[in-house]
Amino acid sequence: MALGVASDGAAIQAHEFAYRRSADQDAPTPVRHPVVVVGAGPVGLSLAIDLAQRGQRVLLLDNDHRLSSGSRAICFAKRTLEIWDRLGVGDAMCAKGVQWHVGLVYFKDREVYRFDLLPDTGHERPAFINLQQFYAEAYLALRAAELAGIELRWKNNVVACDPRDDSVRLQVDTPDGRYTIDADYVIACDGSRSPLRGMLGLETQGRVFRDRFLIADITMDAPDFPAERRFWFDPPFHPAFSVLLHKQADGTWRVDFQLGWDADPELEKRHDRIAPRVRAMLDSIGAQAVDFTIGWASVYTFACQRMQRFAHGGRVLFAGDSAHGVSPFGARGANSGVQDADNLGWKLARVLRGDAPAALLDSYAIEREAAADENILNSTRSTDFITPKSAVSRLFRDAALDLAREHAFARRIVNSGRLSLPSCYRESPLNTPHADEDGWPAELCPGAPAADAPLYRDGAATWLLRELGPEFTLLVFGPAPSWAADLPVKVLAIDDRLADTEGWATRRYGAQPGSAYLIRPDQHVCARWRAPNAERVRAAWARAQGMPT
Amino acid sequence: MNTLTNEPNLDAPDDFYEALIETHAGLSEDESHALNARLILLLANHIGDLGVLKAALAAAREARAL
Repeated sequence: MALGVASDGAAIQAHEFAYRRSADQDAPTPVRHPVVVVGAGPVGLSLAIDLAQRGQRVLLLDNDHRLSSGSRAICFAKRTLEIWDRLGVGDAMCAKGVQWHVGLVYFKDREVYRFDLLPDTGHERPAFINLQQFYAEAYLALRAAELAGIELRWKNNVVACDPRDDSVRLQVDTPDGRYTIDADYVIACDGSRSPLRGMLGLETQGRVFRDRFLIADITMDAPDFPAERRFWFDPPFHPAFSVLLHKQADGTWRVDFQLGWDADPELEKRHDRIAPRVRAMLDSIGAQAVDFTIGWASVYTFACQRMQRFAHGGRVLFAGDSAHGVSPFGARGANSGVQDADNLGWKLARVLRGDAPAALLDSYAIEREAAADENILNSTRSTDFITPKSAVSRLFRDAALDLAREHAFARRIVNSGRLSLPSCYRESPLNTPHADEDGWPAELCPGAPAADAPLYRDGAATWLLRELGPEFTLLVFGPAPSWAADLPVKVLAIDDRLADTEGWATRRYGAQPGSAYLIRPDQHVCARWRAPNAERVRAAWARAQGMPT
Repeated sequence: MNTLTNEPNLDAPDDFYEALIETHAGLSEDESHALNARLILLLANHIGDLGVLKAALAAAREARAL
């Protein structure tokens, strides 16, 4: 059956994409491709779509012929949804995903506090949606199929990668045997066990945590059960460990039980072992009457680690889990991978077009390595709080939890996962720093992701982020200046025709009449001025593409 | 008179917490206990105000073990 946006989860997980023999397999000499993306997961698909939307021809290879099975990554953050809006899939994701904003934290037998991520108004997208990874992949795969620039070859398994001076040679196994292709650039989006990383003899370095966690999808007939994230520290029904309960689409819930290092992964995956754990958890929150069925289950371990360099020899780049790994607490895995793709797409497109020097790709590694460090730091801290590594660490953790019921300050110390926020490329060489602070909001400094705001175009509601791009945008508060007409950027003037009626944009951007922001194709700020002029904007635009200024 | 604040007041709670745990790295339980005592005395001196300190002492005692 054909895959469509209306396909249900069972159909998506059962769907088999057809292997098709390609002309490359019969070519007398290796066919050359400008860019080969390896791995059709959320990161590889997002990158391929971005490149194709920018006019590039992309070959996407996947060693399998199915989408993800089981829910896997489920929490997709606001920034990821904004990127997916740019890629044409944000609406489908949000229509299917479960929005949530309330989290409850329990310690032992009591609720100690609840937090509200209620998105402050004036943003199109919520703080988070929860959506099974296979739905996200299905919507991305459907979008990719609409784009003539993408050729997706299923059951094409890269088995050798040989970087040369001016290209990368790949050997690919298929049901019809092996063939060879050359690529200008290869992007490895092939997951945490990245075969490409292994082929190049590259390593990831970091901390491996000696702990095991059970995750399972359970389906409950409990439509009134609120879509809240519940996190237990040391509950009576699972003493000394942590438990997480979180809602997904289709009445499915994710449960996550910490098991400790000595647990037997095969044994714990059995449904007859999972059922009493889930029963006890539901009973503890007054859901004795709620029945459930168990679906996909897995026992995982994790490491907080990254490759030392995300670029190898200039022509092989790593993105997503192949480049970096985190704990699941904080939802920083898939979200940071999609941000990798977002960062790389426009740069690679410009380099392939010959519009920017290859050195622009160095900034991908610089910016996203720093982002990975930030994600690893947050993820490591969460893990150390959830699983104290010493008696005194447990003492302070329990003290913070004891205080959290009555004392608001202690809730800032309690750490059940610092939920994914987009990275700010504060130190990026692509930024044009400004000397004067002049009342600028720090959240929108050069390097920061642009903030959304409701706008009205000739009276019709729109959103600031939707008005940006696809290339560089000069966001001007006030009428479009005449000197900007000849610049190689899109000028977006907040004026009578594109009105900031409610004042959100002006407030968020700390704007005065005439203030301007230069915003990159990936919607990150690279410069801002109180008194912009053509020369300044042009210099910042060149700098943001790694060109001499 | 100053009062004990229980509203968030730490500049960077996660950095502080990590530094706190790191300070104890490699210490025995007795050594950690002693370090905590010294730490409380240092912070108490910094706060100074007896009313605030007494409020903190009472709050810490009340919050103990649910």
